[in-house]
Amino acid sequence: MSCQTAQEFIHAYVDGELDLARSLEIEQHLEQCEVCAVAYRSQTVLRSALKDSSLYHSAPAGLEKRIRSSLRREAKSEAGRRVFGWRWLPVGAMALILLLALVIWRAAPGIRPAGDDLLAQEMVSNHVRSLQLESHRTDVISSDQHTVKPWFDGKLDFAPPVKDFSGQGFPLLGGRLEYLNNRAVAALIYQRQKHFINLYIWPTEQSSATSEVATKRQGYNLLHWTNSGMTYWAISDLNGVELHEFARLVQEAQ
Amino acid sequence: MEGQSKLASFETAVLPHLDAAYNLARWLTRNDADAQDVVQEAYLRAFRFFGGFHGEDGRAWLLGIVRNTSYTWMQQNRSAQLNTPLDDELHEVKSDDLNPEALLLQKADAKMLRQAVEELPVEFREVLVLRELDEMSYKQIAVVADLPLGTVMSRLARARKRLQQILAGHTQTEVLG
Repeated sequence: MSCQTAQEFIHAYVDGELDLARSLEIEQHLEQCEVCAVAYRSQTVLRSALKDSSLYHSAPAGLEKRIRSSLRREAKSEAGRRVFGWRWLPVGAMALILLLALVIWRAAPGIRPAGDDLLAQEMVSNHVRSLQLESHRTDVISSDQHTVKPWFDGKLDFAPPVKDFSGQGFPLLGGRLEYLNNRAVAALIYQRQKHFINLYIWPTEQSSATSEVATKRQGYNLLHWTNSGMTYWAISDLNGVELHEFARLVQEAQ
Repeated sequence: MEGQSKLASFETAVLPHLDAAYNLARWLTRNDADAQDVVQEAYLRAFRFFGGFHGEDGRAWLLGIVRNTSYTWMQQNRSAQLNTPLDDELHEVKSDDLNPEALLLQKADAKMLRQAVEELPVEFREVLVLRELDEMSYKQIAVVADLPLGTVMSRLARARKRLQQILAGHTQTEVLG
């Protein structure tokens, strides 16, 4: 063991926080090294000085009584709040919200804000994760749409449209397989200068096209639309205007 | 009646740690009256959060609340002390350790030791107090001070080095004077 390592672990050793193997190594080192042995002794002396010096501040008389009575007051006022039935207020409110949600869900199967909201959250997490490591970003690295598209073949039960927009300033970087919204989906990754865009695609039962819905979450812009039986989610830290431009390119290409 | 039984189990689980709570608050605020106010406020908070306590380590749980209450109090009353965030790396000190004999001399002078601990930056002071006076394990200190385990170890090492330096400084002035 080197002196540097020993000096690092001396404190944990003095505190009895070192495992057996390391403790033995330290002990061996202390026997051989005078410098570290002095450092060790000065720590033990310091420790016992701290202990013997009655540095401990015990609570002054009267504090416990003061605290007990303030606790009793608090307990009483909590009990008071319960008498008025406030305790059931959140339960009632929750039941009402659930009921309302159910009504909306049944009445308008096309609009499920709660579902989309969860999905948006899932989208943000997935996007962030994909950018954390370069190796997470793409399963297939290619700016060639004719390489990326066939790569999905056999991995998904649908054929996602893949287009490169290098000419318009949104080069395709590659694609990867993701699991979102309880299914396997295609993720295409594009770049706009220093910003990355994830475009998630999967088929939908909804046959009619819907126009873009924009949301913002944790600083990310999200655009969501459906077209020709496919659902699209585009997400990026790019500004809303340029992300919209990107979405238009994707839609016009289909 | 539920309120009464909550109060009773709170008093059994948390009130015995009053001395530890006061000791920490007193070392953090460095003032008797302030420490009493902080501890009373911390106990009220603890009582309100008691539903979230599941009978693990009552002392560490309470001290975490005392620490937060102390910091809030210090922010409101003397923010200047807290405005210099402690950079563990920047405060790396030279390890010209004091020799044990010189420290032995210090041992007699509890007042000087107390003063030296009070001079430590608050982030050093808290880990040192939790370790040396409350004899908490690194794991418990990590819970109370909301720090990663590794940081507890390195901060404690630096706190001790700093304390030795302060003590060395005091001895020198004493000798010179």
